[in-house]
Amino acid sequence: MRRKINSQEIIDTISASCIECACVLNDNAYTAIEKAVRSEKNDTARYVLNELISNADIAKKDKIPLCQDTGMVICFVEIGLNIELDEPIQDIINRGVAKGYTEGYLRKSIVNDPFERINTDNNTPCVVYVEQTEGSSLKISIMLKGFGSENMSFVKMLNPSLSEDKVVKIIADDICSKAFNACPPVFIGIGIGGTMDYASVLSKKALLREVGVNNPNKFYANMEGKILNLINMSNIGPAGCSGNTTALSVAIEAYETHIASIPVAVTIQCHALRHKVIIL
Amino acid sequence: MSCIKTQGNNIMIEISTPFNNDILLSLKPFDKVLINGFIYIARDQAHKRMFSDSIPFDLKGQCIYHCGPSDAKKGDIIGSAGPTSSYRMDSYTPYLFDNGLKAIIGKGKVNDIVKDSIIRNKCVYFGAIGGLGAKLSKCIKSQTVIAYDDLKTDALRKIYVEKFPVIVIINCNGESIYERDKGENE
Repeated sequence: MRRKINSQEIIDTISASCIECACVLNDNAYTAIEKAVRSEKNDTARYVLNELISNADIAKKDKIPLCQDTGMVICFVEIGLNIELDEPIQDIINRGVAKGYTEGYLRKSIVNDPFERINTDNNTPCVVYVEQTEGSSLKISIMLKGFGSENMSFVKMLNPSLSEDKVVKIIADDICSKAFNACPPVFIGIGIGGTMDYASVLSKKALLREVGVNNPNKFYANMEGKILNLINMSNIGPAGCSGNTTALSVAIEAYETHIASIPVAVTIQCHALRHKVIIL
Repeated sequence: MSCIKTQGNNIMIEISTPFNNDILLSLKPFDKVLINGFIYIARDQAHKRMFSDSIPFDLKGQCIYHCGPSDAKKGDIIGSAGPTSSYRMDSYTPYLFDNGLKAIIGKGKVNDIVKDSIIRNKCVYFGAIGGLGAKLSKCIKSQTVIAYDDLKTDALRKIYVEKFPVIVIINCNGESIYERDKGENE
């Protein structure tokens, strides 16, 4: 049985979600920061974390973006085989993003070309990944990704003979060398496996997972814990002012891969974790 | 002039622009500072323009804030306005310090060439807390685009700030909050 969804319904939902994500700190992130205030022993670190909580309260109350960088929008779409649309889903989503960024006074950060650099004036295009599913529902996971932390993200194609501990160390060391510029405390999404590009996609998907929930596979759950510990032993701390709260969580997503490689992609996400799941 | 105020356990040093050397020389890494007065906002493309044309304001004693604010809602002065990463302006900053600029506000690490120019000119690198855009916008009392309007958020702006909170990242002797051993707390 076919199910028709009007473009306008999707546009309005995407638009409202962009504004909400930009101005209201994700509950998980808010709670993680509150928890960190209680466990942090360093005075400057506590001062910074309390400022981030105060910022989130002001942003929510006055509907001001948490951070001026309201990001580039990424959408993961799962569309049921029975769903019927009037136009391609990525076109509908782009119209929703343009509406939200314009009506919500969010920063338009997208330029037309990496070298020409003329602002597109409505924060489009966004990045859309589409997967087909069984059934009659449309699920869109929308993420607003800021580029202070995106600039610190990275991909490595590692030797398949490396041990787990060696891989853990390579990942943690590289994160620690970059976290100063990524507005710590940060959330870490890691994709392991697939291809160079798919590992990166997985690293973004990993950030969608609820904060503090480990990978269901014990091996990867254990690896998440090891990497989180190593990062938090770095003494980088909130805003780089020292302390034991450099990362608030590490989430790994894994996938089948090639005999010749361990592709590893790490997306660093600043404290302003901004995503939402839309189901229509 | 500077004065020292205490807010809870935090000692805050209050200073005003344009900066003179005496105030800046006394600052140490980790000092919490509140800035009053006019400062300039410039980021990537504004720096590129200033260096390909000419710098459209007198740098003497001034402070540049690395920031690209979001749009102001109706009735607001400015949108969210937190710091952007300063390392991206590293190739421009030493020239600005050599020509009278006294301070930058930004976030994250800068390279050794910038640090040397800070020491040479007795300047200061202040850090605002990354991600504090909503709260910091409340300290901005006026904004004017003074050049490169076509660059939108990247335009060169002059803003007036009151009690704008920053932390000293690198002081005029080149002492930095980032130079510390692993595991050692401040």
